[in-house]
Amino acid sequence: MIWLDTLIQGILLGGLYALFAAGLSLVFGIMRLVNLAHGDLIVLGAYLILGLGTATGLHPFLAAALALPLMFALGWALQSALLNRVLGDDILPPLLVTFGLSVVIQNALLMGFSADSRKLPIGPIEAQSLPLGPVTVGAMPLITFGSAIVVILGLNWLFYHTALGRAFRATSDDPVTAQLMGIRPRRIFAVATGIAMVVATIAALYLGARANFDPAIGPARLLYAFEAVIIGGLGSLWGTLAGGLVIGVAQAMGAAINPEWQILAGHLAFVAVLLVRPRGLFPRAND
Amino acid sequence: MSALLEISGLTAHYGDFQALFGVDLALEAGQTVAIIGANGAGKTTLMRAITGIAKVTAGSILLNGAEMSRRAAPDILTAGIAMVPEGRKLFPSLTVEENLRIGAHARQGNGFWTLERLYTLFPILRERRDHPGTALSGGQQQMVAIGRALMSNPTVLLCDELSLGLAPVVIREIYAAFPTIRESGTSIIVVEQDIGQALKVADHVHCMMEGRVTLSGRPADLSREAIHDAYFGVNHA
Ligand SMILES: Nc1ncnc2c1ncn2[C@@H]1O[C@H](COP(=O)(O)OP(=O)(O)OP(=O)(O)O)[C@@H](O)[C@H]1O
Ligand SMILES: [Mg+2]
Repeated sequence: MIWLDTLIQGILLGGLYALFAAGLSLVFGIMRLVNLAHGDLIVLGAYLILGLGTATGLHPFLAAALALPLMFALGWALQSALLNRVLGDDILPPLLVTFGLSVVIQNALLMGFSADSRKLPIGPIEAQSLPLGPVTVGAMPLITFGSAIVVILGLNWLFYHTALGRAFRATSDDPVTAQLMGIRPRRIFAVATGIAMVVATIAALYLGARANFDPAIGPARLLYAFEAVIIGGLGSLWGTLAGGLVIGVAQAMGAAINPEWQILAGHLAFVAVLLVRPRGLFPRAND
Repeated sequence: MSALLEISGLTAHYGDFQALFGVDLALEAGQTVAIIGANGAGKTTLMRAITGIAKVTAGSILLNGAEMSRRAAPDILTAGIAMVPEGRKLFPSLTVEENLRIGAHARQGNGFWTLERLYTLFPILRERRDHPGTALSGGQQQMVAIGRALMSNPTVLLCDELSLGLAPVVIREIYAAFPTIRESGTSIIVVEQDIGQALKVADHVHCMMEGRVTLSGRPADLSREAIHDAYFGVNHA
C-alpha cells in the first residue's frame, strides 16, 4: 500500500513537472529554441503572483489570474525585442542569450526580493486532502495535476484545431514557405512565447503554493522541465506530460527508499529512458 | 496601357553571386506567360524575387502600378501575388485540407476560391482531405500546392515547374485546371522546362539563360531554331 501511495504522489508531482515543461516544449516545437531562462521565468512568475497578491490583498489564485496577461505580454516582448534577433541557423546565439537572461533575472530577483525564501499564502486548502480509493491525496497536488491535464489538452486543441495552431505548425515545418502564405514567423514566435509564459505562470502558482522558493531555484526547475521534454520526445505535448510523470514517479520512489535519493532518482530515470529510447518516448516523425 | 505586372531591370544576388541581370518582363491581365530555360538559368530566382523570398538588389516590380520589390513576402501575398513553389513545399505536419486552408491565412473577405470550388476542380483532394499532405502522390501534391496558392485569391499566380517529375498524363490533368483558374480572374506565370507544354499554355514565352531574358515572343512567332538557340546558347546549335 505504501508503494501505491508513493506511485500516486509521484504521478501528482509529475503534473507539476509537466507544467514546468509544457512551455519549454511548445517553444522548442515551434521555433527550435531552447530557452535556458525558462526556470527563472517561472520563478519570476511566482514573485509576480506574490507581489500582486500583497499589493491587492487578493488570494494567490486570483493574483495569478492577474499575472497571466502580464506574463503573456512579457513573453511577447521578450521574443519580439530579443529572441527573434538571435534565432537563426546557428543554435549557439539563442543559448548564450537565454543563459545571460537567466543570470539577469536571478540577480534582479535577488536585488528586488533578497535571498530569503518565500511561499504563496494559499490558506487552508493547503492542508486539505481527500480519500482516493485506498490512499489519501492532498487537494493541492490533485489540483496541480488536473491543471496540467487541462493545460496539455488546451495546448493540443490550440495546436491542432485552430488557425493559430495551423500557423504554428506550418511555421515550424518551413518558415520560408509559411511567409508565402502571408504568415509572419516573428509574430507567430512572439505569440508562442507569450503563450509559453502563460503556462509558466500557471506552473509558478503551483510551484509557489507547494514549497518555498527563492531567486536561485530556477535552473533546477529548468533541468526537470528539460528532462521531461527530452523523455517525452522533442515537440510532443503528450510526451512532455509523460516525461513529467516519469520524473515525478522516479523522484517519489527514490525518496521513499531514502529521502536523499529523490533528485538523483529523477535524473537516473532520465538517463535510463534515453538509453532505451534515445529519441524519447513519443518522437515526432519528421524531426 | 500598362501591364498588370511589370518587371524592369531586375537584379538579384546570392551573396556575391549575381543570379539575375536586369530582367524585363510584363504580364497583361488575363494572360498566361511562360518562362523557359535550362537548369540554373535563374527562373526560380526570378519567382523568389517577385514573391519577396529572394532579395531584389535593383530594378522594380510593379503590380497594378504599386512597387513590390522592397516589400516583405507576406505583404506581397496580401497585395495579390501567390506562388506554387518549386518542389511543391507542402507542410508535412498539415493535412491536405489544412494545407489548403493555410493558403487563406492572410485573406480578407471573400473571393472566388473556396474549399468547395477547389474540391470541384481537383475531386481527388476531397477524398484525401484528412491525409497528411506529403503522403500523396506527386501529382496530387502538386494539386494541393496549386489549391493552397489559389486560396488567397491571387491576382497573379506564379507556378514554378509544375510538371517536374510527373508523368505526361498527370501533367495534362494539372494543366487542365488552367482555364478555370484564368476564368477566376487570375493571371498566370509558369516556369517550365517542358518547352512543348510551355508553348501550348502560354500567350507569351520568355526564354532565360544565365540570369537574362534572351528571347521573348508569342508561341506562334517563335521558331524551333530560335528557341533552341536561346535555350542552349547560340554556339551550341
Ligand atoms: N540559395 C542559393 N545560393 C547560392 N546560389 C544559388 C542559390 N539558389 C540558386 N543559386 C544559383 O543561382 C543560379 C540560378 O538558379 P535558379 O535556381 O534560379 O535556376 P533555375 O532556372 O530555377 O534552375 P532549375 O531549372 O534547375 O530549377 C544558379 O547558378 C544557382 O546555382
Ligand atoms: Mg528552378
